[in-house]
Amino acid sequence: MGKTLYEKVWEAHNVGTLSDGRTQLFIGTHLIHEVTSPQAFGMLRDKGIKVKYPERTFATVDHIVPTDDQSSPLSDPLAEKMLQELRKNADEFGITYFDLASGKQGIVHVVGPEQGITQPGMTIACGDSHTATHGAFGAIAFGIGTTQVRDLLATQTIAMAKLKVRKVKVDGKLRPGVYAKDVSLHIMRLLGAKGGIGFAYEYCGSTFDNFTMEERMTICNMAIEGGARCGYVNPDQTTFDFLEGRPYSPKGEAWQERVEYWKSLASDADAVYDDVVEINAADIEPTVTWGVSPDQGISIGELIPDPKNATSTAEKASFEEALEYMKLPAGAPIKGTKIDVAFLGSCTNGRLSDFREAAKYLKGHKVADGIKAIAVPGSQITAIQCKQEGIDKVFEEAGFEWREAGCSMCLAMNPDKLIGDQICASSSNRNFKGRQGSSIGRTVLMSPVMVVAAAVKGELADAREVFDVA
Amino acid sequence: MSEIKTVVGKAVTVAGNDIDTDRIIPAKFMKCVTFDDLAEGMFYDVKVNPNTGELTDHPLNAPKHAEASIILTGENFGCGSSREHAPQSIYRNGFRAIIAESFAEIFFGNSITLGMPCVSASSEDISALSAYVAENPETEVSIDLEALKVSYADKSFPVELPSSAKMALTSGRFDPLTELMSNGAAIEKTAEALPYV
Ligand code: SF4
Repeated sequence: MGKTLYEKVWEAHNVGTLSDGRTQLFIGTHLIHEVTSPQAFGMLRDKGIKVKYPERTFATVDHIVPTDDQSSPLSDPLAEKMLQELRKNADEFGITYFDLASGKQGIVHVVGPEQGITQPGMTIACGDSHTATHGAFGAIAFGIGTTQVRDLLATQTIAMAKLKVRKVKVDGKLRPGVYAKDVSLHIMRLLGAKGGIGFAYEYCGSTFDNFTMEERMTICNMAIEGGARCGYVNPDQTTFDFLEGRPYSPKGEAWQERVEYWKSLASDADAVYDDVVEINAADIEPTVTWGVSPDQGISIGELIPDPKNATSTAEKASFEEALEYMKLPAGAPIKGTKIDVAFLGSCTNGRLSDFREAAKYLKGHKVADGIKAIAVPGSQITAIQCKQEGIDKVFEEAGFEWREAGCSMCLAMNPDKLIGDQICASSSNRNFKGRQGSSIGRTVLMSPVMVVAAAVKGELADAREVFDVA
Repeated sequence: MSEIKTVVGKAVTVAGNDIDTDRIIPAKFMKCVTFDDLAEGMFYDVKVNPNTGELTDHPLNAPKHAEASIILTGENFGCGSSREHAPQSIYRNGFRAIIAESFAEIFFGNSITLGMPCVSASSEDISALSAYVAENPETEVSIDLEALKVSYADKSFPVELPSSAKMALTSGRFDPLTELMSNGAAIEKTAEALPYV
């Protein structure tokens, strides 16, 4: 009987069984950022414990950095303190740190792949739920809590129970104007925000075979929004081409050897899955969320759900709660809903290809009057690449603010926040209540091209109509 | 670490499904380098009216529930961000257990490591308990982690807890660090066999 990639990687990293029955799992790569790591270093210091494999941890700063003025010291003293703390911890424990001055700083899930740190067959953990992103490379990657960050620093292992594996197979060609983000929102709509609890998702099928690494990352990134702690795509030539020549990728003879190893990790044709879901790519439309959970999505042409049509009392209550918060009318078209802010960025959709695709359509258009529109590259390297291609100019000429790299308005731990009940067309991954910095702020998730369409129209719009996509 | 076999206390309801960790602790409270001062931020946007700055009429604000140490809630509690700030803020407000229809995985793991049991029960049983404590806030609710049973007044209902979490809590080994550290040789052996380490 064949094995899935998940099983092969799990077995290779299995140190042993702990007394409570969980596995002690070796973690090949540990990524850290400023929000969830300082407490862990504090715990190590309290106990006088050293970091076991400092060369296997990589740090960057992303959540709290301002995206307008990053000069030192940061204007927010609390943010500055967190920055200093990370610097101190990296220094003291001998950890590689991509600081603001390094030219390599960025959102941790953009930096790892960009540097070639993220590789197939690794176990990767980070105190951040969107670590699932790295699964795009055929890694088993997941978010952990801060106490586990401590465990990982101290031992390079964590205690974990094995997950089941669900195959999510998407076949066919996406229609024009439909993107990886739409696939992700569509999967969540089908399987629900908690449908993936207890599972790792193996994304496969011809749609995934044809996807770029960026597209695969967008979907693995949001595995966690569907409850799956990790999602992965089997490594293939697209993966190897992406990695070849990156700073941390194997070089010379080692490269070819490693590629052979990576190939051997892909799920076997006769692997057995705990569940299989099949989706037809042609069924997917440009999708937007209407509620306060990422699974509350509809296609741009649909009507906002009416609680009257809910299939259970629990569903009715959640529809009502979402509509009340979002201040949206049940049963009305979602298209045409006025927006206040447009945000293009985040670890879901803040990569070069996202800005490139959005700029292709934005060129020659203007952001509607009264709309605050910001574009925030996912990393300093992404920012430079965009500048080299003149993408920043396209955004600025259209009326977007072009910012420095960071998480920014995805969770608004920096100064980029919604005000009051502003409604934001956002390329990020969470539309939770209060997510974008105002406790009554509203978020509508969508693809980057849909964000720029909304910015241009000043309302939720079908990008295919706004930009004549055929 | 001490063994956790039962949790006894008063309960309060935080109604709703899919309550995410941004709700439990908004990001603005995460600008900190220790977990020490997280108590205040717990459910801040639920407890404080954003327009008036006044306390809402949420049960968490009700004086009759001031002593509560058990949270009752719905499905997929703790979804979203992996922030351990969420269970830490709950724990630092004196809560010692959560009864929900289901839990998000990372939140669940974080809570168990902290020694805060998260047990699941049916929607009906939780609703009944919730209605009862709303009327009788002084009720002692007892969670028996060995028998996997919740009792209050003259009633009881079964709860679920994965066996590894049950074992970890009831044996007092919910913080795995010591055990993880004791396997240094096995860790090194595993590392050496990996082509990339
Ligand atoms: S961009 Fe958003 S989701 Fe991604 S790591 Fe930053 S805060 Fe988290």
